[in-house]
Amino acid sequence: MNDAKNILSRSPQVIIKNVDKVFSSGDKEVIALKEINLTIYSGEFVVILGPSGCGKSTLLNAIAGFSLPTSGKVYANGEEVALPGPDRGMVFQEYALFPWMTVAENIAFGLEIKKLPKQTIREKVDTLLTKLQLLEFRDRFPKDLSGGMKQRVAIARVLALDPPMMLMDEPFGALDALTRRTMQDELLRIWLEFKKTIIFVTHGIEESIYLADRVVVMTYRPGTIKQIVPVELYRPRDVSSPQFISLQKELTSLVMEEQMRFRNEEMREPGRDVSEREENEQVT
Amino acid sequence: MKNRPSFLTKLLYAILLPVFLLALWETLARQGIISPHILPAPSRVFFRWIDYARPHEPYDAGKTNFIAWFFSGELPHDALASSMRVLGGFAIGAIPALVLGLLMGASTFIYRLFNPLIQILRPIPPIAYIPLAILWFGLGNPPAFFLISLGAFFPVLMNTISGVRHVDRLLIRAARNLGANGHTLFLRIILPAAMPYILTGLRVGVGVAFIVVIVAEMIAVNSGLGYRILEAREFLWSDKIIAGMITIGLLGLTIDTAMSRINHHLLRWHSGHE
Ligand SMILES: Nc1ncnc2c1ncn2[C@@H]1O[C@H](COP(=O)(O)OP(=O)(O)OP(=O)(O)O)[C@@H](O)[C@H]1O
Ligand SMILES: [Mg+2]
Repeated sequence: MNDAKNILSRSPQVIIKNVDKVFSSGDKEVIALKEINLTIYSGEFVVILGPSGCGKSTLLNAIAGFSLPTSGKVYANGEEVALPGPDRGMVFQEYALFPWMTVAENIAFGLEIKKLPKQTIREKVDTLLTKLQLLEFRDRFPKDLSGGMKQRVAIARVLALDPPMMLMDEPFGALDALTRRTMQDELLRIWLEFKKTIIFVTHGIEESIYLADRVVVMTYRPGTIKQIVPVELYRPRDVSSPQFISLQKELTSLVMEEQMRFRNEEMREPGRDVSEREENEQVT
Repeated sequence: MKNRPSFLTKLLYAILLPVFLLALWETLARQGIISPHILPAPSRVFFRWIDYARPHEPYDAGKTNFIAWFFSGELPHDALASSMRVLGGFAIGAIPALVLGLLMGASTFIYRLFNPLIQILRPIPPIAYIPLAILWFGLGNPPAFFLISLGAFFPVLMNTISGVRHVDRLLIRAARNLGANGHTLFLRIILPAAMPYILTGLRVGVGVAFIVVIVAEMIAVNSGLGYRILEAREFLWSDKIIAGMITIGLLGLTIDTAMSRINHHLLRWHSGHE
């Protein structure tokens, strides 16, 4: 648990300053992010929570350097973000494993890019395979793994480069409930052991309370920060404890307000779909 | 649960119709109902095929080794000549197509530069180049290689372009996030990700090359399977024509099976495979 003094004594890992992001497709403009200001401290576990389409991924992509803000600045690890880089390891909901590489090769990829000696790479990969219980899958291809296993590989692949922080975009969104809980526990264990800063995007309210030091609730269109809710419960957290449940109620009502706006907007402009988004996405 | 047919039952079904047709054909030919010049009996074709394939010198251990002797017949020479042409022409056509395809897929500028020209040239069947090929290169192997390489070029090119263009953006993001860029990104991510398309292109390309080699041999050269069946026609050897056709079919099947095996191995990571 983090008390206030603890947070203050830590150094900022990510600073987001007056960030706006506008997508324009044809004559329509979507303000995905508006006046976002947020500082995330080293070692913190921050969850970004909000309904679908509120700009969570956009915010995470701005930190990752995949798609830069229209205005404002993002600083990560003391530098202004301009490009993607291995100091901000990203874990995607769709795993994004390289299907032609085995589990071990996927984990080794970033290390090979860094041109580390073969022996070092092998040792690091073996350590990670052991720590994430992947040893027996080392020579499998991703297509032969379950969702949970794939996400372990994706996490190991990022951890191999030992980045100070991990960015996770709904990483457990495609998993069944039981696997999801296992992976959440696993992630908390990794967080403690490897001492990473984690920025975790989800629309799961329970998940956010289970994991976060602070939950950042976002508004829908324009995407702003609605409220930051600290979660001061000891881990492992008991989802049936009264404190947990009252937090859950509080966050649910916050998110529902935005969810209702989402519904209303959808009704007013039907026919928007994913393909439209893809076309406008800049290639980074 | 329904009983799955056993292997033997399936085999029986598979050969039923061919065997019946062969028997019918044999009977009709033997009864003299069809002239043997038009359609010789299958048994005659078979013996002709053996004659075409077998060595004609008696085996002499002092002169040659056994393998060389065994393949000294006309058919192995023809098949080898055709295969070498396919291989050579395919390499001449496919390698530039692969390089150009990768460049066109990766760079919008190069794509815009080359695409109009390619769209104009692509619909011209390689066979339509025969007169030009002979004018430019005369007779013999050069026009054959030219035509075959043309046949292989476009399938490989088009598939390589779409392969590169269809690379999952997410994988590129993930790779860049892990520190890859420039030629590492290209060689280690884009190329393997495009591989299913590229291999399809190569397989189609070999298939076209094989069609074109037969045509080219009928017109421009005097060896190979295509030449042989045309030569047999001049002597009205319909049995040899059919024997040659069967050989062409078998060779085509062999090439395609080999390509498919290679693809299967290279794409063992692909979710389309079991
Ligand atoms: N490339 C794009 N072009 C146009 N609009 C976009 C683009 N990317 C995102 N948007 C819009 O910006 C808004 C925020 O999108 P974003 O993907 O960040 O939402 P999200 O909170 O991650 O949603 P989800 O939970 O569905 O992943 C959405 O309204 C979306 O339609
Ligand atoms: Mg998202």
